[in-house]
Amino acid sequence: MEAIFSATIGILTACGIFMMLRGRTLPIVLGMSLMTFATNLFLFSMGRLRIGADGLVGSKLGSIDPVPSALVLTAIVIGFAMTAFVMILAIRARADLGSDHINGSRRKSRHDHRSDPLELDESRGGKR
Amino acid sequence: MLLPLIILLPLIGSLVPVLARRARRTPIALLTALLPGAALAITIWLGIQVLKGDILHFALPWVPQMGLALAFRFDGLSLLFTLLILGIGLLVIVYARYYLDPKDSMPKFYGFLMLFMTSMLGIVTSDNLMLLWFFWELTSVSSFLLISFWSWSSNARKGARMAFAVTGAGGLCLLASLMLMGHIVGSFSLDTVLHSGETLRQSPLYPLVLILLLLGAFTKSAQFPFQFWLPHAMSAPTPVSAYLHSATMVKAGIFLLIRLYPVMGDTNGWYYIITLTGLITMFYGAYMAMVQYDLKGLLAYSTISHLGLITMLLGLDTRLSTLAAVFHVVNHAIFKASLFMAVGIVDHECGTRDSRRLGGLRRYMPYTAALATVAGASMAGVPLLNGFISKEMFLTETLQIQSLGGLSWLIPALATLGSALSVAYSLRLVVDVFYRGEPRFLPKQPHEAPRPMRLPIEILIILCLAVGMFPSFTVGALLNSAMSVVATDAMSGQSLAVWHGINLPLMMSAAAMLLGLIIYLMRNILHSSFRRDFLKTDAKLVFERAVQKSIAFGERVLDRIDSRSLQQYMLVMMTLMLIMAVQGLVKMPGLMGPVALQPIDPFVLAGAIAMCIGAIATVNFQRYRLIALICLSITELMVALAFLKFSSPDLALTQLVVAPVTLILMLLTLFFLPQQTPRVSSGIRILRDLVLAAAVGTVIASINFAVLTDHYDSIGKFFTDNAVSGAGGHNVVNVILVDFRGFDTLGEITVLGITALGVLKLLNRMKLFVPTTSAENRPWAPEYFPTIFGSVAQIVLPLALMVAFYFFIRGHNLPGGGFIGGLVAASALIMMYTARGVEWTMRRLRIDFQRLIATGLLIAWLTSAAPLLFGHNFLTTWFDHFDIPLIGSLEIASALVFDLGVFLTVVGATMMILANLGRLATPYSPAREHRQIDGAMSAKKEMR
Repeated sequence: MEAIFSATIGILTACGIFMMLRGRTLPIVLGMSLMTFATNLFLFSMGRLRIGADGLVGSKLGSIDPVPSALVLTAIVIGFAMTAFVMILAIRARADLGSDHINGSRRKSRHDHRSDPLELDESRGGKR
Repeated sequence: MLLPLIILLPLIGSLVPVLARRARRTPIALLTALLPGAALAITIWLGIQVLKGDILHFALPWVPQMGLALAFRFDGLSLLFTLLILGIGLLVIVYARYYLDPKDSMPKFYGFLMLFMTSMLGIVTSDNLMLLWFFWELTSVSSFLLISFWSWSSNARKGARMAFAVTGAGGLCLLASLMLMGHIVGSFSLDTVLHSGETLRQSPLYPLVLILLLLGAFTKSAQFPFQFWLPHAMSAPTPVSAYLHSATMVKAGIFLLIRLYPVMGDTNGWYYIITLTGLITMFYGAYMAMVQYDLKGLLAYSTISHLGLITMLLGLDTRLSTLAAVFHVVNHAIFKASLFMAVGIVDHECGTRDSRRLGGLRRYMPYTAALATVAGASMAGVPLLNGFISKEMFLTETLQIQSLGGLSWLIPALATLGSALSVAYSLRLVVDVFYRGEPRFLPKQPHEAPRPMRLPIEILIILCLAVGMFPSFTVGALLNSAMSVVATDAMSGQSLAVWHGINLPLMMSAAAMLLGLIIYLMRNILHSSFRRDFLKTDAKLVFERAVQKSIAFGERVLDRIDSRSLQQYMLVMMTLMLIMAVQGLVKMPGLMGPVALQPIDPFVLAGAIAMCIGAIATVNFQRYRLIALICLSITELMVALAFLKFSSPDLALTQLVVAPVTLILMLLTLFFLPQQTPRVSSGIRILRDLVLAAAVGTVIASINFAVLTDHYDSIGKFFTDNAVSGAGGHNVVNVILVDFRGFDTLGEITVLGITALGVLKLLNRMKLFVPTTSAENRPWAPEYFPTIFGSVAQIVLPLALMVAFYFFIRGHNLPGGGFIGGLVAASALIMMYTARGVEWTMRRLRIDFQRLIATGLLIAWLTSAAPLLFGHNFLTTWFDHFDIPLIGSLEIASALVFDLGVFLTVVGATMMILANLGRLATPYSPAREHRQIDGAMSAKKEMR
């Protein structure tokens, strides 16, 4: 059973990474979700796989290691928050840049604002 | 216990002017002076003990493992400097009240000044090297703010930036030096370090420690070749200059050298580097002071020169030289502060400080002229003034030097010449401005300054005279106490006397006076022949150019190594990870560990297949957005089932409720993303990515398999054993979340709240691309919200909320808890939004989600902090059993209140993200357009 579990994590990881190497925002978010699943399962399995138990004290079913479960529980919630944030970032980027390409469409060179990088001039909010 | 107050009071004092900003100018100044005044009183009170020979300590350990502590130490040296910092600081507060223009922001000025005062006090009282460094850096930051106080002036900004860059770089060197010092000695405690002089000097790292230390001290104290920032810092308001460049900022480096003299001094390296640097700085400063037209520039260079003198004294290997150095620190602070203030008055009342336009001001401001004359005489070293005594000591000490062999006589000769230059520029300052000639083309009619503005100078001049005439009565005890921690035998047999009889130093002094007068009379020749050559290069321009060049260089390097492409970053990171992981795997004897495999469960096999198909299908259908999302959801569902199968109902529940919320979120965002994803990747690129992904997947699977078949030993047993007895809960996962590892959860919900706020900000004022039809050019479905769904949702809502509450309340003993309950409640609310639309729901469900998050966080933090009131540690929980009629025996833990905070934050954050996103889409929804059309038609009907 361990072999099946590990193989599944491997496949999820591979799919996640392939998606994260794409250029558009949505596939990347999907890839990140897949990676999140893989990571959570991986972390969870650090407490070993056990069928038919629960995490309660005094239960007849026998107990599991609660530490990975507690870690993964917070990871799931934070994972949701991260997905939400990245999705919103994606639509914001599309709104501001006009493209959903991950590297942005208006690729500005660093040399554009070369003249006096430290000095605030008036146009950038400097006071006179 | 009074000791930390000396630092704390001025720190609190930096808020006072801000709080009192609505008051008039004089009350602000008085209120600001209140707390440092109290600190001065405490200093004097503690000083009485210190003068008796005590060394006061205060320590609050912070990270003892790393030797970090909030530790203060108050000895004679600290006392001396604290008195200077607080005393002159108070005078500067009074002076600044009259100097600053009504247009300048007094609260801002005083706030920065107090912050600076705090950091200086911190340097001189720290008992921990890291703490000392922290305050050291704080002086750099706060002096930056002070120098750039007139931030509209380009000169002020550039000067401040230069000072910050130079002293900041020096600060980094100092950090390295102090860390090495702590490494060699084995402790950051100053006490230990001061007792380990031998160890340090014997260490092979000593030269490195010394060089880095001196870099730090020399940059701060403007020693050659780092002197260039100080004159440019003169673009600060004069009270700042009077404070920073007399008693404080530049003396920090000197203080550090004095402080560490007992451990670092007395070696050849120390002696040569410091003496030579001091000598060069003294001459350079004195010479530059001669050719300055700007009075503050003159004072700036004279400060550099005097700092050079002090540094040189510290380098000399005679015991008394250190005493002379400490004494001159005090004297220089007193006369230089008064001179700066006098020049500030001239600048303030005449509108210029260009020496070519000033002259004969004695007639207009006789008092200021008299005060400046005494201060200038003190700087020149005229007898009966404090400057004289320390200069005599300096000359005496130079005569003792033997180390240059046959050329040793050069040092006293050069010292005499330096003193002569000092006499010359003092004459220039006093005579040219106040006595000779007439003012020319002044912007203002000069007049005497208001009396309170002169008061600080008067006090300082009285000190000049008192120290000059009765040195051992006024400062003898103080110096004795200070020297007791620096060089124990320095004061023995030495008395601070005005008159030592006619001896060689006195002759040298007289010669210096005469020579100084001659140089002063010949100054026109000096100006015409040397000025041009020396002032051609402007340090500011050189510095700016260097900054620009280094930035350009950084850009070029960055352009070469950084493609600014996420795929490239991912590729590099994944490849690196692969290389490192493969190395570990190759070293293993075999992948399969000693633990036998469990038999294959058919459900697990089926679930695994479904999960893999879901994932692969997501990749396959990535261009068809909806199908990809559905495939992803299949995988997610299977993950939830996997958690359930492998005995973790809490995780299964969480994943199960997160799944629909994520799906709805993604569906909402799809509306704003391009409907079609172009196929751009080339075949070779897809192949490359496939290979990389497969490789990483294989490696991860191998690692996982290796761990799963290895022996198992966990800390989990501790939690299981103590869950009931220590926290009163049976559900160990929840107990860990809200009790054992409650601090993690606290951090996590805080992050959750911040994320929600971040989303709110990102959605603010967004220019949207809104599609009017689907990708296949079909118009959006015109239906209203389906009625049946809406009605059912309304009935289900209270039930769902009850389930959420049930999950939440039972969490401590059965699967559930704040996270799960919160997510269930959020899903119930989202269902309502989906069924009836955002506007409809918002009209009826008036919940401010921002406030909900804030309430949740507040509850969690307060519950965590409440035990502090009862003398327990942060996050200690309390629980007990209750017998409630009808319900039965119940365990109630204070962790439940904490969990309530979690619950509220999760609901608030989830809803804030989704409701705001939903509202964004609402104006474009078909239902609304319909209603608008309906509204328009009904309006037309009414018209008819």
